[in-house]
Amino acid sequence: MPEVTSGDGDGGPTEGEDGPDDGVRVDMISGARMEGLTSMEKIRLILDGVREGNIVILEEGLTPDEESKLIEVTMTEISPDEFNGIEIETYPKSSSGNPGLFDRLMGKEDTQKLTVIGPANQIETLHKDENLISTLVSRK
Amino acid sequence: MGLLTSLKDSITRVTDGLFASAEPKRIGIYGPPNAGKTTLANRIARDWTGDAVGPESHIPHETRRARRKEGVTIERDGKEVTIDIVDTPGVATKVDYEEFLDHDMEKEDAVRRSREATEGVAEAMHWLREDVDGVIYVLDSTEDPFTQVNTMLIGIIESQELPVLILANKIDKDESDIQRIANAFPQHETIPLSALEGQNMDEVYEKIAEYFS
Repeated sequence: MPEVTSGDGDGGPTEGEDGPDDGVRVDMISGARMEGLTSMEKIRLILDGVREGNIVILEEGLTPDEESKLIEVTMTEISPDEFNGIEIETYPKSSSGNPGLFDRLMGKEDTQKLTVIGPANQIETLHKDENLISTLVSRK
Repeated sequence: MGLLTSLKDSITRVTDGLFASAEPKRIGIYGPPNAGKTTLANRIARDWTGDAVGPESHIPHETRRARRKEGVTIERDGKEVTIDIVDTPGVATKVDYEEFLDHDMEKEDAVRRSREATEGVAEAMHWLREDVDGVIYVLDSTEDPFTQVNTMLIGIIESQELPVLILANKIDKDESDIQRIANAFPQHETIPLSALEGQNMDEVYEKIAEYFS
């Protein structure tokens, strides 16, 4: 059975014990936990977990700028036979979900979108549409 | 304070845009690997300057450094725009050197290519955040456009408020499905083309002149 940890309590997902050898650990990180972190702290939290073979689920996702930096940092960490990169899935943005001019001026873009991130060699997307993300997770 | 800073930033962007209008626009050609970005960059550069931008290949990540072709002037229907074309490496969230072994490459070459590819993708992301004024987003119309890389990149481009032209490439192939791309990104206009065969390039140039002038 996968071990599921909540990132909203004391201690962090990266501080917990590793899951059993025959399981896959899933870290579900709440929006509240991510709220006080800088972009790089968020990216570090995600990549540290993924590089340990964990699946990271973000309740509220990342901003586009943070996603861009996540790709960039992931690329710098790829190493042959060790880390091939990440698989990341979010729901496609709804065309009606564009923020208005005032919201953009105020920096209030709605980026809340459930996001699943895992090691590229362990997670495979089976199906994805605006309402459903179906993934196959394998062991290390 | 936050409102004042936001307003100041907006005014700065507008004035910067006005005074920089005489400068060539740096237009980044983005998209996933093997979408035909370099083929398109070469087609545009050859049509308007006679030179090519870089080598094309069916092997993914052939372009591993952003390449710039400066001062390409495109004229269509009385509109003229001078752009610097930036051909960027295909963006991915993973690079596995074993993928290159399938293309008859030795392990050493495959590892080197994958390392260069990762550096190239990181470079492309940096260009997108800092150094381009507009984007031509190239998709292979025979492939499913609903991928995470496409969703994220279009989101990043929109958040930067960059003008973006979506091109459905490879319409010369039987499996091409332009409507699938139009459905995936309904907030943007989709222009079909074959960069390889030069099909519908007139419309592409019209749109480049319209979007980026």
